[in-house]
Amino acid sequence: MSLITLKNVGYRVDQTPILTDINLTIDAREWVTIAGPSGSGKSTLVRIIASLLSKTSGELVFDGQPIESYDPIVYRRRVSYSFQQPTLFGNTVRDNLAFPYQIRQLSFDEERAITGLEYVGLTASDLDKAVNDLSGGQRQRVALLRNVMIYPEVLILDEVTAGLDAENKAFVWSMIQHFNQDDGLTIIAITHDQEEIDAAKRLITIEDGRLVGGSL
Amino acid sequence: MNLAVNNQSLVLALGLVMIALAIGWHEKLGIDRDMIIGVVRAVIQLFVVGYLLKYVFRLNNVWLTAILILIIIFNAGYNAKQRSNGIPRALPISIGAILISTTVTLGVLMLAGAIKFIPSQMIPISGMIASNSMVAIGLCYRNLNAQFKQERQAVLEKLALGADLKDASKEILRDSIKTGMQPTIDSAKTVGIVSLPGMMSGLIFAGVDPVRAIKYQIMVTFMLMSATSIGSVLACYWAYRGFYNERKQLTI
Repeated sequence: MSLITLKNVGYRVDQTPILTDINLTIDAREWVTIAGPSGSGKSTLVRIIASLLSKTSGELVFDGQPIESYDPIVYRRRVSYSFQQPTLFGNTVRDNLAFPYQIRQLSFDEERAITGLEYVGLTASDLDKAVNDLSGGQRQRVALLRNVMIYPEVLILDEVTAGLDAENKAFVWSMIQHFNQDDGLTIIAITHDQEEIDAAKRLITIEDGRLVGGSL
Repeated sequence: MNLAVNNQSLVLALGLVMIALAIGWHEKLGIDRDMIIGVVRAVIQLFVVGYLLKYVFRLNNVWLTAILILIIIFNAGYNAKQRSNGIPRALPISIGAILISTTVTLGVLMLAGAIKFIPSQMIPISGMIASNSMVAIGLCYRNLNAQFKQERQAVLEKLALGADLKDASKEILRDSIKTGMQPTIDSAKTVGIVSLPGMMSGLIFAGVDPVRAIKYQIMVTFMLMSATSIGSVLACYWAYRGFYNERKQLTI
Protein backbone atom coordinates (compact mmCIF):
# COMPACT_ATOMS: atom_id res chain seq x y z
CA MET A 1 0.00 0.00 0.00
CA SER A 2 1.23 3.48 -0.79
CA LEU A 3 2.24 5.68 2.10
CA ILE A 4 1.27 9.02 0.56
CA THR A 5 -1.38 9.52 -2.12
CA LEU A 6 -2.30 12.88 -3.68
CA LYS A 7 -5.49 12.99 -5.76
CA ASN A 8 -6.13 16.11 -7.82
CA VAL A 9 -4.46 18.26 -5.20
CA GLY A 10 -4.65 21.99 -5.90
CA TYR A 11 -3.53 25.09 -4.06
CA ARG A 12 -4.56 28.61 -4.86
CA VAL A 13 -3.99 31.96 -3.21
CA ASP A 14 -7.08 34.10 -3.78
CA GLN A 15 -7.77 33.30 -7.45
CA THR A 16 -4.20 32.54 -8.47
CA PRO A 17 -3.51 28.82 -8.89
CA ILE A 18 -0.13 27.79 -7.49
CA LEU A 19 -0.65 24.03 -7.87
CA THR A 20 -3.16 22.31 -10.17
CA ASP A 21 -4.36 18.71 -10.27
CA ILE A 22 -1.40 17.03 -8.64
CA ASN A 23 -1.71 13.23 -8.70
CA LEU A 24 1.09 11.37 -7.02
CA THR A 25 1.64 8.15 -5.14
CA ILE A 26 4.65 7.59 -2.93
CA ASP A 27 5.44 4.21 -1.35
CA ALA A 28 7.11 3.67 1.99
CA ARG A 29 10.93 3.65 1.79
CA GLU A 30 10.88 5.31 -1.60
CA TRP A 31 13.25 8.14 -2.51
CA VAL A 32 11.51 10.68 -4.71
CA THR A 33 13.40 13.59 -6.22
CA ILE A 34 11.41 16.64 -7.28
CA ALA A 35 12.88 19.01 -9.84
CA GLY A 36 11.59 22.03 -11.74
CA PRO A 37 12.26 25.72 -12.27
CA SER A 38 12.12 28.28 -9.46
CA GLY A 39 8.59 29.38 -8.65
CA SER A 40 7.05 26.26 -10.19
CA GLY A 41 5.37 25.23 -6.93
CA LYS A 42 7.82 22.59 -5.65
CA SER A 43 8.12 24.06 -2.16
CA THR A 44 4.37 24.62 -1.94
CA LEU A 45 3.78 20.97 -2.82
CA VAL A 46 6.14 19.61 -0.19
CA ARG A 47 4.86 22.07 2.42
CA ILE A 48 1.37 20.73 1.81
CA ILE A 49 2.69 17.18 2.27
CA ALA A 50 4.41 18.38 5.49
CA SER A 51 1.11 19.91 6.72
CA LEU A 52 2.67 23.37 6.94
CA LEU A 53 0.12 24.53 4.35
CA SER A 54 -3.34 23.17 3.60
CA LYS A 55 -4.32 22.25 0.05
CA THR A 56 -7.34 24.14 -1.24
CA SER A 57 -8.71 21.23 -3.30
CA GLY A 58 -8.26 17.50 -3.85
CA GLU A 59 -7.33 14.74 -1.43
CA LEU A 60 -4.17 13.86 0.44
CA VAL A 61 -4.09 10.44 2.06
CA PHE A 62 -1.31 9.45 4.46
CA ASP A 63 -1.03 5.87 5.71
CA GLY A 64 -4.60 5.12 4.65
CA GLN A 65 -6.21 8.15 6.30
CA PRO A 66 -7.00 11.62 4.93
CA ILE A 67 -4.52 14.20 6.25
CA GLU A 68 -7.35 16.11 7.94
CA SER A 69 -7.96 13.18 10.28
CA TYR A 70 -4.51 13.57 11.88
CA ASP A 71 -3.61 16.04 14.57
CA PRO A 72 -1.12 18.26 12.68
CA ILE A 73 1.45 18.04 15.49
CA VAL A 74 1.38 14.23 15.58
CA TYR A 75 1.49 14.13 11.78
CA ARG A 76 4.53 16.43 11.58
CA ARG A 77 6.42 14.14 13.92
CA ARG A 78 5.91 11.38 11.35
CA VAL A 79 6.48 13.55 8.28
CA SER A 80 9.44 15.81 8.99
CA TYR A 81 10.43 18.77 6.84
CA SER A 82 13.94 20.17 6.54
CA PHE A 83 14.44 23.68 5.19
CA GLN A 84 16.90 25.22 2.82
CA GLN A 85 19.19 27.48 4.90
CA PRO A 86 17.84 26.30 8.24
CA THR A 87 17.64 28.42 11.38
CA LEU A 88 19.35 26.92 14.38
CA PHE A 89 17.62 27.51 17.72
CA GLY A 90 19.05 28.76 21.01
CA ASN A 91 22.77 29.09 21.61
CA THR A 92 24.42 25.71 21.22
CA VAL A 93 24.30 22.57 19.10
CA ARG A 94 22.86 20.82 22.15
CA ASP A 95 19.86 23.21 22.22
CA ASN A 96 19.04 22.04 18.70
CA LEU A 97 19.54 18.33 19.11
CA ALA A 98 17.62 18.35 22.41
CA PHE A 99 14.64 20.20 20.89
CA PRO A 100 12.90 17.09 19.44
CA TYR A 101 13.08 15.51 22.92
CA GLN A 102 11.86 18.63 24.72
CA ILE A 103 8.73 18.93 22.61
CA ARG A 104 7.89 15.28 23.32
CA GLN A 105 8.66 15.64 27.05
CA LEU A 106 11.39 13.01 26.71
CA SER A 107 14.82 13.14 28.29
CA PHE A 108 17.63 14.03 25.90
CA ASP A 109 19.49 11.01 24.51
CA GLU A 110 22.98 12.47 24.68
CA GLU A 111 24.63 9.25 23.53
CA ARG A 112 22.58 9.21 20.37
CA ALA A 113 23.39 12.88 19.80
CA ILE A 114 27.13 12.19 20.10
CA THR A 115 26.89 9.18 17.76
CA GLY A 116 25.01 11.41 15.32
CA LEU A 117 27.54 14.22 15.57
CA GLU A 118 30.42 11.79 14.98
CA TYR A 119 28.55 10.33 12.03
CA VAL A 120 28.22 13.78 10.44
CA GLY A 121 31.90 14.57 10.94
CA LEU A 122 31.62 16.57 14.17
CA THR A 123 32.76 15.54 17.64
CA ALA A 124 31.27 15.07 21.09
CA SER A 125 32.78 18.38 22.18
CA ASP A 126 30.84 20.14 19.43
CA LEU A 127 27.66 19.42 21.40
CA ASP A 128 28.28 22.56 23.42
CA LYS A 129 29.65 24.58 20.55
CA ALA A 130 27.88 27.89 19.86
CA VAL A 131 25.73 27.67 16.75
CA ASN A 132 27.23 30.95 15.53
CA ASP A 133 30.65 29.28 15.34
CA LEU A 134 29.48 26.62 12.87
CA SER A 135 30.22 26.82 9.15
CA GLY A 136 27.38 26.72 6.61
CA GLY A 137 27.96 23.02 5.93
CA GLN A 138 28.07 22.22 9.64
CA ARG A 139 24.84 24.13 10.24
CA GLN A 140 23.08 22.13 7.55
CA ARG A 141 24.38 18.85 9.02
CA VAL A 142 23.23 19.79 12.53
CA ALA A 143 19.84 20.86 11.18
CA LEU A 144 19.43 17.59 9.33
CA LEU A 145 20.51 15.66 12.40
CA ARG A 146 17.86 17.59 14.37
CA ASN A 147 15.20 16.24 12.00
CA VAL A 148 16.26 12.65 12.59
CA MET A 149 17.18 12.62 16.31
CA ILE A 150 13.87 10.84 16.71
CA TYR A 151 13.19 9.13 13.42
CA PRO A 152 10.24 10.29 11.33
CA GLU A 153 8.77 7.99 8.69
CA VAL A 154 9.08 10.54 5.92
CA LEU A 155 11.87 13.09 5.56
CA ILE A 156 11.17 16.01 3.24
CA LEU A 157 14.25 17.91 2.10
CA ASP A 158 13.80 21.33 0.51
CA GLU A 159 17.04 21.97 -1.40
CA VAL A 160 19.13 21.09 1.60
CA THR A 161 22.33 20.88 -0.46
CA ALA A 162 21.86 24.25 -2.17
CA GLY A 163 24.70 26.64 -1.43
CA LEU A 164 26.99 23.93 -0.01
CA ASP A 165 30.44 23.26 -1.42
CA ALA A 166 31.14 19.97 -3.21
CA GLU A 167 32.54 18.30 -0.11
CA ASN A 168 29.60 19.22 2.12
CA LYS A 169 27.15 18.36 -0.63
CA ALA A 170 28.61 14.87 -0.95
CA PHE A 171 28.49 14.49 2.80
CA VAL A 172 24.85 15.51 3.15
CA TRP A 173 24.02 13.29 0.16
CA SER A 174 25.59 10.28 1.87
CA MET A 175 23.64 11.08 5.05
CA ILE A 176 20.37 11.00 3.12
CA GLN A 177 21.38 7.75 1.45
CA HIS A 178 21.99 6.23 4.85
CA PHE A 179 18.60 7.37 6.17
CA ASN A 180 16.86 5.87 3.15
CA GLN A 181 18.75 2.62 2.65
CA ASP A 182 19.78 1.62 6.15
CA ASP A 183 17.00 3.13 8.22
CA GLY A 184 14.11 2.83 5.78
CA LEU A 185 13.01 6.47 5.78
CA THR A 186 10.90 7.66 2.88
CA ILE A 187 12.67 10.61 1.25
CA ILE A 188 11.09 13.42 -0.74
CA ALA A 189 13.82 15.78 -1.90
CA ILE A 190 13.61 18.98 -3.93
CA THR A 191 16.77 19.77 -5.83
CA HIS A 192 18.22 21.98 -8.54
CA ASP A 193 21.48 20.05 -8.59
CA GLN A 194 22.01 18.27 -11.91
CA GLU A 195 24.10 15.51 -10.35
CA GLU A 196 21.34 14.76 -7.85
CA ILE A 197 18.76 14.82 -10.65
CA ASP A 198 20.85 12.41 -12.73
CA ALA A 199 21.26 10.09 -9.77
CA ALA A 200 17.58 10.18 -8.80
CA LYS A 201 15.91 6.85 -8.19
CA ARG A 202 12.56 8.33 -9.09
CA LEU A 203 12.38 11.79 -10.61
CA ILE A 204 9.32 14.01 -10.78
CA THR A 205 9.30 17.29 -12.66
CA ILE A 206 6.98 20.15 -11.90
CA GLU A 207 6.34 23.22 -14.03
CA ASP A 208 3.81 26.02 -13.57
CA GLY A 209 2.17 24.13 -10.72
CA ARG A 210 1.61 20.92 -12.68
CA LEU A 211 3.45 17.61 -12.74
CA VAL A 212 4.89 17.43 -16.23
CA GLY A 213 7.34 14.60 -16.27
CA GLY A 214 9.33 11.89 -14.64
CA SER A 215 7.95 8.69 -13.21
CA LEU A 216 4.52 9.67 -11.97
CA MET B 1 -4.90 71.20 52.81
CA ASN B 2 -2.48 73.86 51.61
CA LEU B 3 -3.41 73.68 47.90
CA ALA B 4 -3.68 77.09 46.30
CA VAL B 5 -4.87 76.35 42.77
CA ASN B 6 -7.91 78.46 42.04
CA ASN B 7 -9.54 79.51 38.79
CA GLN B 8 -7.49 82.69 38.66
CA SER B 9 -4.19 80.87 39.04
CA LEU B 10 -5.28 78.37 36.38
CA VAL B 11 -5.91 81.18 33.91
CA LEU B 12 -2.46 82.60 34.67
CA ALA B 13 -0.94 79.13 34.24
CA LEU B 14 -2.45 79.13 30.75
CA GLY B 15 0.56 81.32 29.97
CA LEU B 16 2.59 78.07 30.01
CA VAL B 17 0.52 76.81 27.09
CA MET B 18 1.27 80.08 25.31
CA ILE B 19 4.99 79.33 25.63
CA ALA B 20 4.45 75.94 23.99
CA LEU B 21 2.30 77.53 21.27
CA ALA B 22 4.90 80.21 20.63
CA ILE B 23 7.63 77.59 20.23
CA GLY B 24 5.41 75.58 17.89
CA TRP B 25 4.62 78.66 15.82
CA HIS B 26 8.19 79.93 15.71
CA GLU B 27 9.66 76.55 14.73
CA LYS B 28 6.84 75.94 12.22
CA LEU B 29 6.08 72.56 13.83
CA GLY B 30 2.53 72.66 12.48
CA ILE B 31 1.13 71.35 15.73
CA ASP B 32 -0.59 74.52 17.05
CA ARG B 33 -4.03 73.19 16.09
CA ASP B 34 -3.36 69.85 17.80
CA MET B 35 -2.04 71.65 20.85
CA ILE B 36 -5.09 73.90 21.16
CA ILE B 37 -7.46 70.95 20.68
CA GLY B 38 -5.45 69.01 23.25
CA VAL B 39 -5.61 71.78 25.83
CA VAL B 40 -9.34 72.43 25.30
CA ARG B 41 -10.13 68.71 25.50
CA ALA B 42 -8.04 68.26 28.63
CA VAL B 43 -9.80 71.17 30.38
CA ILE B 44 -13.31 70.02 29.41
CA GLN B 45 -12.68 66.31 30.15
CA LEU B 46 -11.13 67.06 33.54
CA PHE B 47 -13.92 69.45 34.58
CA VAL B 48 -16.55 66.88 33.58
CA VAL B 49 -14.70 64.14 35.45
CA GLY B 50 -14.22 66.40 38.46
CA TYR B 51 -17.93 67.15 38.82
CA LEU B 52 -18.89 63.55 38.01
CA LEU B 53 -16.53 62.18 40.66
CA LYS B 54 -17.79 64.70 43.21
CA TYR B 55 -21.34 63.48 42.56
CA VAL B 56 -20.37 59.79 42.67
CA PHE B 57 -18.33 60.20 45.85
CA ARG B 58 -21.24 61.94 47.55
CA LEU B 59 -23.69 59.26 46.43
CA ASN B 60 -21.33 56.48 47.66
CA ASN B 61 -23.33 53.73 45.95
CA VAL B 62 -21.75 50.27 45.54
CA TRP B 63 -23.40 49.53 42.19
CA LEU B 64 -22.59 52.88 40.67
CA THR B 65 -18.96 52.46 41.76
CA ALA B 66 -18.85 48.97 40.22
CA ILE B 67 -20.35 50.24 36.96
CA LEU B 68 -17.81 53.05 36.74
CA ILE B 69 -14.97 50.57 37.32
CA LEU B 70 -16.36 48.39 34.53
CA ILE B 71 -16.52 51.41 32.22
CA ILE B 72 -12.88 52.19 33.01
CA ILE B 73 -11.95 48.55 32.26
CA PHE B 74 -13.91 48.54 28.99
CA ASN B 75 -12.29 51.77 27.83
CA ALA B 76 -8.84 50.47 28.74
CA GLY B 77 -9.57 47.21 26.89
CA TYR B 78 -10.78 49.08 23.84
CA ASN B 79 -7.65 51.21 23.81
CA ALA B 80 -5.35 48.20 24.20
CA LYS B 81 -7.18 46.54 21.30
CA GLN B 82 -6.26 49.52 19.10
CA ARG B 83 -2.61 48.46 19.47
CA SER B 84 -3.34 44.89 18.38
CA ASN B 85 -2.88 45.48 14.65
CA GLY B 86 -5.20 42.72 13.51
CA ILE B 87 -4.65 40.09 16.22
CA PRO B 88 -7.91 38.07 16.24
CA ARG B 89 -10.29 38.50 19.20
CA ALA B 90 -8.15 41.34 20.59
CA LEU B 91 -11.11 43.16 22.18
CA PRO B 92 -12.40 40.30 24.39
CA ILE B 93 -8.79 39.31 25.17
CA SER B 94 -7.89 42.86 26.22
CA ILE B 95 -11.02 43.38 28.30
CA GLY B 96 -10.66 39.95 29.91
CA ALA B 97 -6.99 40.47 30.76
CA ILE B 98 -7.59 43.94 32.21
CA LEU B 99 -10.69 42.80 34.09
CA ILE B 100 -8.83 39.93 35.75
CA SER B 101 -5.64 41.88 36.46
CA THR B 102 -7.66 44.74 37.98
CA THR B 103 -9.97 42.49 40.00
CA VAL B 104 -7.16 40.38 41.44
CA THR B 105 -5.06 43.42 42.33
CA LEU B 106 -7.99 45.32 43.89
CA GLY B 107 -9.03 42.17 45.73
CA VAL B 108 -5.62 41.71 47.32
CA LEU B 109 -5.42 45.38 48.27
CA MET B 110 -8.86 45.18 49.90
CA LEU B 111 -8.06 41.95 51.75
CA ALA B 112 -4.87 43.56 52.98
CA GLY B 113 -6.93 46.46 54.26
CA ALA B 114 -4.97 48.94 52.13
CA ILE B 115 -8.10 50.27 50.45
CA LYS B 116 -11.85 50.16 51.11
CA PHE B 117 -14.70 49.66 48.68
CA ILE B 118 -15.63 53.34 48.61
CA PRO B 119 -15.73 55.32 45.35
CA SER B 120 -13.08 57.86 46.33
CA GLN B 121 -10.56 55.02 46.71
CA MET B 122 -11.79 52.39 44.28
CA ILE B 123 -12.22 54.60 41.21
CA PRO B 124 -8.81 56.31 41.13
CA ILE B 125 -6.98 53.09 42.04
CA SER B 126 -8.89 51.09 39.40
CA GLY B 127 -7.99 53.74 36.85
CA MET B 128 -4.29 53.50 37.73
CA ILE B 129 -4.32 49.71 37.58
CA ALA B 130 -6.36 49.47 34.38
CA SER B 131 -4.32 52.10 32.55
CA ASN B 132 -1.01 50.43 33.42
CA SER B 133 -2.41 47.05 32.43
CA MET B 134 -3.62 48.62 29.19
CA VAL B 135 -0.19 50.02 28.32
CA ALA B 136 1.45 46.68 29.17
CA ILE B 137 -1.00 44.74 26.97
CA GLY B 138 -0.53 47.20 24.10
CA LEU B 139 3.24 46.63 24.31
CA CYS B 140 2.66 42.86 24.38
CA TYR B 141 0.58 43.04 21.19
CA ARG B 142 3.14 45.13 19.40
CA ASN B 143 5.91 42.77 20.38
CA LEU B 144 3.92 39.66 19.42
CA ASN B 145 3.30 41.09 15.95
CA ALA B 146 6.92 42.14 15.49
CA GLN B 147 8.36 38.87 16.81
CA PHE B 148 6.10 36.56 14.83
CA LYS B 149 7.19 38.43 11.69
CA GLN B 150 10.86 38.45 12.62
CA GLU B 151 11.00 34.87 13.91
CA ARG B 152 8.69 33.44 11.25
CA GLN B 153 11.31 31.05 9.86
CA ALA B 154 12.27 29.70 13.30
CA VAL B 155 8.61 29.18 14.22
CA LEU B 156 8.00 27.34 10.92
CA GLU B 157 10.98 25.09 11.56
CA LYS B 158 9.79 24.27 15.07
CA LEU B 159 6.35 23.40 13.72
CA ALA B 160 7.96 21.28 10.99
CA LEU B 161 9.78 19.32 13.69
CA GLY B 162 6.46 18.58 15.36
CA ALA B 163 6.44 21.21 18.09
CA ASP B 164 3.02 22.17 19.44
CA LEU B 165 1.95 25.80 19.21
CA LYS B 166 3.14 26.65 22.70
CA ASP B 167 6.61 25.16 22.15
CA ALA B 168 6.89 26.86 18.77
CA SER B 169 5.96 30.24 20.30
CA LYS B 170 7.71 29.91 23.67
CA GLU B 171 10.56 32.40 23.08
CA ILE B 172 8.19 34.92 21.50
CA LEU B 173 5.76 34.62 24.42
CA ARG B 174 8.51 35.03 26.97
CA ASP B 175 9.92 38.05 25.18
CA SER B 176 6.50 39.68 24.79
CA ILE B 177 5.51 39.21 28.43
CA LYS B 178 8.85 40.70 29.43
CA THR B 179 8.29 43.67 27.11
CA GLY B 180 4.88 44.30 28.68
CA MET B 181 6.28 44.32 32.19
CA GLN B 182 9.51 46.19 31.46
CA PRO B 183 8.27 49.80 31.91
CA THR B 184 6.82 48.95 35.33
CA ILE B 185 10.01 47.23 36.40
CA ASP B 186 12.14 50.11 35.11
CA SER B 187 10.07 52.72 36.88
CA ALA B 188 10.09 50.63 40.09
CA LYS B 189 13.89 50.66 39.93
CA THR B 190 14.09 54.44 39.60
CA VAL B 191 11.11 55.49 41.71
CA GLY B 192 12.17 58.19 44.14
CA ILE B 193 15.56 58.60 42.45
CA VAL B 194 14.51 59.88 39.05
CA SER B 195 10.85 60.63 39.50
CA LEU B 196 8.48 61.28 42.36
CA PRO B 197 5.44 59.56 40.92
CA GLY B 198 1.94 60.98 40.71
CA MET B 199 0.38 59.38 43.76
CA MET B 200 3.22 60.38 46.07
CA SER B 201 3.68 63.86 44.56
CA GLY B 202 -0.05 64.51 44.86
CA LEU B 203 -0.12 63.55 48.52
CA ILE B 204 2.98 65.60 49.35
CA PHE B 205 1.54 68.50 47.39
CA ALA B 206 -1.66 68.21 49.39
CA GLY B 207 0.33 68.46 52.61
CA VAL B 208 0.66 64.81 53.63
CA ASP B 209 3.81 63.80 55.54
CA PRO B 210 6.31 62.40 52.95
CA VAL B 211 6.91 59.29 55.07
CA ARG B 212 3.21 58.56 54.89
CA ALA B 213 3.11 59.44 51.20
CA ILE B 214 5.87 56.95 50.31
CA LYS B 215 3.89 54.13 51.93
CA TYR B 216 1.13 54.79 49.43
CA GLN B 217 3.70 54.87 46.65
CA ILE B 218 5.11 51.52 47.77
CA MET B 219 1.59 50.11 47.61
CA VAL B 220 1.17 51.57 44.11
CA THR B 221 4.48 50.02 42.99
CA PHE B 222 3.39 46.61 44.24
CA MET B 223 -0.04 46.85 42.69
CA LEU B 224 1.29 47.95 39.29
CA MET B 225 3.74 45.02 39.27
CA SER B 226 0.87 42.64 39.83
CA ALA B 227 -1.46 44.36 37.34
CA THR B 228 1.04 44.50 34.49
CA SER B 229 2.31 40.97 35.04
CA ILE B 230 -1.17 39.43 35.17
CA GLY B 231 -2.35 41.54 32.22
CA SER B 232 0.71 40.70 30.10
CA VAL B 233 0.66 36.97 30.81
CA LEU B 234 -3.06 36.60 30.11
CA ALA B 235 -3.06 38.76 26.97
CA CYS B 236 0.00 37.02 25.49
CA TYR B 237 -1.26 33.50 26.22
CA TRP B 238 -4.71 34.27 24.85
CA ALA B 239 -3.45 36.18 21.81
CA TYR B 240 -0.64 34.01 20.41
CA ARG B 241 -2.97 31.32 19.13
CA GLY B 242 -4.41 33.93 16.79
CA PHE B 243 -1.23 33.69 14.74
CA TYR B 244 -2.11 30.10 13.79
CA ASN B 245 -5.06 28.56 11.98
CA GLU B 246 -7.13 25.55 13.02
CA ARG B 247 -4.66 23.23 11.22
CA LYS B 248 -1.95 24.62 13.52
CA GLN B 249 -0.21 26.41 10.66
CA LEU B 250 1.40 29.81 10.98
CA THR B 251 -0.78 32.33 9.17
CA ILE B 252 1.57 35.32 9.20
